[in-house]
Amino acid sequence: MSGQGWIQIGLYFIVLFALIKPLGAYMARVYQGERNFLTPVISPVEKLIYLLAGINAEEEMDWKRYAKVLLVFNFLGFLAVYGLQRFQAHLPLNPAGMSAVSPDSSFNTAMSFITNTNWQGYSGESTMSYLTQMLGLTVQNFLSAATGMAALVALIRGFARHSTKNIGNFWTDMVKTTLYILIPLSLVFSIVLVSQGVVQTFSKPKTATLVQTTKDDKGNTVTEQVIPVGPVASQIAIKQLGTNGGGFFNANSAHPFENPTPLTDFLEMLAILLIPGGLCYTFGVMVGDKRQGWAILAAMTIILVMFLAVTEWAEHQNNPMVARGAAEAGQTVAGLSSAAGLPAGNMEGKEVRFGITNSALWATATTATSNGSVNSMHDSFMPLGGLAPLLLIHLGEVVFGGVGSGLYGMLVFVIIAVFVAGLMVGRTPEYLGKKVEALEMKMASLVILIPVFIILVGTAIAVVTPAGIAGASNPGPHGYSEILYAFSSFGGNNGSAFAGINADTPFYNTAGGIIMYFGRYFIAIPILAIAGNLAGKKKVPVSAGTLPTHTPLFIGWLISVILIVAALSFFPALALGPIVEHLMM
Amino acid sequence: MIDMLKPAVIIFTLLSILTGIIYPLVVTGIAQVAFPSKANGSIVVKDGRAVGSELIGQSFTDPKYFWGRPSATTGFPDNAMASGGSNLGPTNPALADAVKARAAALIAADPGNRLPVPVDLLTASGSGLDPHISPAAAMYQAGRVARLRGLSEDKVKELISRNTEERWLGLLGEERVNVLKLNLELDTIGR
Repeated sequence: MSGQGWIQIGLYFIVLFALIKPLGAYMARVYQGERNFLTPVISPVEKLIYLLAGINAEEEMDWKRYAKVLLVFNFLGFLAVYGLQRFQAHLPLNPAGMSAVSPDSSFNTAMSFITNTNWQGYSGESTMSYLTQMLGLTVQNFLSAATGMAALVALIRGFARHSTKNIGNFWTDMVKTTLYILIPLSLVFSIVLVSQGVVQTFSKPKTATLVQTTKDDKGNTVTEQVIPVGPVASQIAIKQLGTNGGGFFNANSAHPFENPTPLTDFLEMLAILLIPGGLCYTFGVMVGDKRQGWAILAAMTIILVMFLAVTEWAEHQNNPMVARGAAEAGQTVAGLSSAAGLPAGNMEGKEVRFGITNSALWATATTATSNGSVNSMHDSFMPLGGLAPLLLIHLGEVVFGGVGSGLYGMLVFVIIAVFVAGLMVGRTPEYLGKKVEALEMKMASLVILIPVFIILVGTAIAVVTPAGIAGASNPGPHGYSEILYAFSSFGGNNGSAFAGINADTPFYNTAGGIIMYFGRYFIAIPILAIAGNLAGKKKVPVSAGTLPTHTPLFIGWLISVILIVAALSFFPALALGPIVEHLMM
Repeated sequence: MIDMLKPAVIIFTLLSILTGIIYPLVVTGIAQVAFPSKANGSIVVKDGRAVGSELIGQSFTDPKYFWGRPSATTGFPDNAMASGGSNLGPTNPALADAVKARAAALIAADPGNRLPVPVDLLTASGSGLDPHISPAAAMYQAGRVARLRGLSEDKVKELISRNTEERWLGLLGEERVNVLKLNLELDTIGR
């Protein structure tokens, strides 16, 4: 990798870490109900919402009620997104005249967007009306992100409080997250995006006369270019900030209207990790020990850098099929060395303005979190370049992770790490003064095992059924990797894909929709159960026997536990796909 | 259940209006006033006619134009209504076949050019609409374009460097040449 590449990656982490503390501190103020600089503007709106909804903002919920209202609220989102797609032909804001989306695709997309997965079985520019994009998809970009953050804050309260049943009020957590955190950040970010060339309009697609006519695959002459536009910037901003990832266009953030310049690319990548990183600091503040937040952030960062190194290395290699094709035509490929102005490495599926470095960095960030947006096509990555994103999803998306969901997943790994360490030395495991006991361990085991189960069983079913096999577009082990990646993306609520897979079929739409549901709510509910149980416990004072959880030793231990669990669960499945493909190459 | 449903429906409706209607409308309002050209697709107008977008690639196959990135969009190359990549894996022989055809087309257009081919001219972009090529890919084609247009190679190289976009602040992204803008400028001076 060139010096330029190292500088860009370094700059990325520097800016990210500079923003984590101020944002984290701000979010802590929001969740603790303290005044902040936006209070004068937003507080009246917030109070009006509570008034109209007839809720008492001071009233708290136990974990069962919190979980019930979370599910009810998310189900409403499902109905809205499903209904908008089915009836969009008869609704306004449809200048391109999109027809109704099929039932199975609508089901899949609705599940995908309420679960913060944002898997796209459809192609946005040719499927969704502006109304569906805005009132269906953009809304869920906000609300699914807020749901994850609400559940996280409930869990943090479980650690921070003692001797109570209550873990907060879901309604106020949702409203505060949306009004104080997501909307202001998105508003600023979307204007910056437009200033760089991301489109934002309600006009119908633009038509331009081509400078040179071309031929379509039926041999007809094409003289015009139809250029789709739409309210894009407003959706892209929250798509990145809320670890959603569902693009306006099929090519997602590889599309020049979603990501036109290196600056937008940098900011969109920053937005992926921004809130998940900031929440670590928020956690530290809310549990009254900032070192705990920094320790978790350190573990996340170390794992991220390890995987980033693999992806960057792999993608800076030359694609053997490109060399072979050129040789067959009697040509050689430049780009074996990194001369000035010459991309060096695997450029298939990548954009010139981002180059290899930023494509690999994005791929790592988007799969470490549950974002799933792409600025290059993962399907065309080198085998090990594709392995790293896949394995990051398999880690449970706890490396920064989805907004809220990443940190609550990470805290489950912390519980397991503390428990295993406790077993080794024969002490009662405890974390942040709370004893880790049978219920916590049962729920933590569910959180670890459910994704493994649904990903592997889903993949297994797909590879033995004709409808599943039909999805693969590449031959050999790579085709299997496409299927494994799809189910990993469903189960992990990621949303990225080895996009050659033909997944807009009743089989994948239905199976995917169901798996996304389990991957989201069958994690969130055990998390809330842990929260409720922890909140009811007394605080154990720190003693000589307490395992400190902010030391480098514990950080290393936590990283080991995460990597070992993922390796044990997924190594056989990965061996059949990317690993064997690498060996064949 | 009913006691949950009422606040759920009301809060869902209000937050939907805020995030799904008011927020995009506010962004659109600001965007249309502050950045009207960019918000509407950075459309390039020549002789009063829209000839494309600065940000959306077009397919060039005529040897007297600079060629852009290969595009794997369905229907025809650089079909803006069907963005996407080839999604061909690194061990898929179909990728070698596609590269072979591209390399052969380049050599057929410029039989004397035995320089190594920059990799971005042989590989399909992620969006299928990549508006840029690398400076190396433009230089590789400079001799051909100069010859067919009766221009000096130095003149063409000067045009390339004028249309080269730098890294942001010299740091972010990669250097790149906007193919549509370069070709439009060529048309204004050459044959």
